[in-house]
Amino acid sequence: MGMTSSANPAFALSRRDAVKALLADRKDALVVTGLGSASYDVHAAGDRDDNYYLWGAMGAAALVGLGLAQAQPKRTVLVVTGDGEQLMAFGSLATIAVAKARNLVIVVIDNGHFGETGMQTSHTGRGLNFADVAASCGFAHTATLTRIEEVKDLARGLGGAAEGPSLFVIKVAAEIPPRSLPPRDAVFIKNRFRTSLDLAPT
Amino acid sequence: MSKADVVRSAPDPESAPVPGGQWPRAIYDILKAFDVRHMSYVPDAGHSTLIKLLNADPEVTSNVLTTEEEGVAIAAGAWLGGQRSVLLMQSSGVGNCINMLSLPVIARFPLLMLVTMRGEWSEFNPWQVPMGRATQPALEAIGVRVMRADAASDLIATVESAATLAYGADQQIAVLIGQRLLGKKKW
Repeated sequence: MGMTSSANPAFALSRRDAVKALLADRKDALVVTGLGSASYDVHAAGDRDDNYYLWGAMGAAALVGLGLAQAQPKRTVLVVTGDGEQLMAFGSLATIAVAKARNLVIVVIDNGHFGETGMQTSHTGRGLNFADVAASCGFAHTATLTRIEEVKDLARGLGGAAEGPSLFVIKVAAEIPPRSLPPRDAVFIKNRFRTSLDLAPT
Repeated sequence: MSKADVVRSAPDPESAPVPGGQWPRAIYDILKAFDVRHMSYVPDAGHSTLIKLLNADPEVTSNVLTTEEEGVAIAAGAWLGGQRSVLLMQSSGVGNCINMLSLPVIARFPLLMLVTMRGEWSEFNPWQVPMGRATQPALEAIGVRVMRADAASDLIATVESAATLAYGADQQIAVLIGQRLLGKKKW
């Protein structure tokens, strides 16, 4: 297990650069974002109707992704969330692993901190590695990425033959880029997303 | 609408009695009629027959959860992708769900929770009592509408009505299935 220090200078990757590279060629992947910085990062990479942004319900992101992946088995569902958000849904990795959602990819943007609340060191900043946890749960693919080239390789593979679920950790610097705020009207975001799938709002 | 129309369209428990042991099958039939193809559960003895029926149905995707709030988020995701979902749990699990219920409440996702009650009627285990008492007020405090049934005959009409409100009117509904209906747990 890769024990890592929150002060490790090896994690110099900018979260904005990483998420932008991740989404550069997402094809028809549907994207769900965890509350806080992950939502801002995805919004900064370009607002789209097939992005579903969470502004609350901490711990929901991977599970919204699971339900969506099960309802849309032909689409890749990409969850982009932070280490703090995923920590609140630790058990979700067990639920997702046994559900064997082949088309679900979870990407944890891991800065080792609770960035929204004062940059307190999180569990991953104290050594826990989500890729190892997901592998233990039975995820089909897991890896920890630290370089932009690795993120670009991951992005190129998105939408390929799915054997998931997959979980990738992208280690990023603990920084707070300028906020890029998605719409916060939850009904609007829901209906915009459904409309992009040719589903009626109700 | 004439009085006769009202009588014909209203659920009439007397005309369609559901024997105590058969309500899970009747709920299953209602869920099928509403085209529910997705479900999540934390098991409860009171739900065991319904869980079995849904798990055995190849048209239904089932998720076993580690904790009940997972199912609230999963149901929202399923609806984003065009599927109706149902969530089964015991009353103790309602306490686990509260913050996650922000999601369906604020985003107006259809939500149908079927909750088997503990801690109220002929309860043997004192540890079930606090959450049993808190179940309805906690749900109502976060903005979920509560409907309740204490007799099998009433349960069917209640679930049907709740499913219409949830899937037709985008409401967040919990049906509490009374412990009196479920019977005393055997030790």
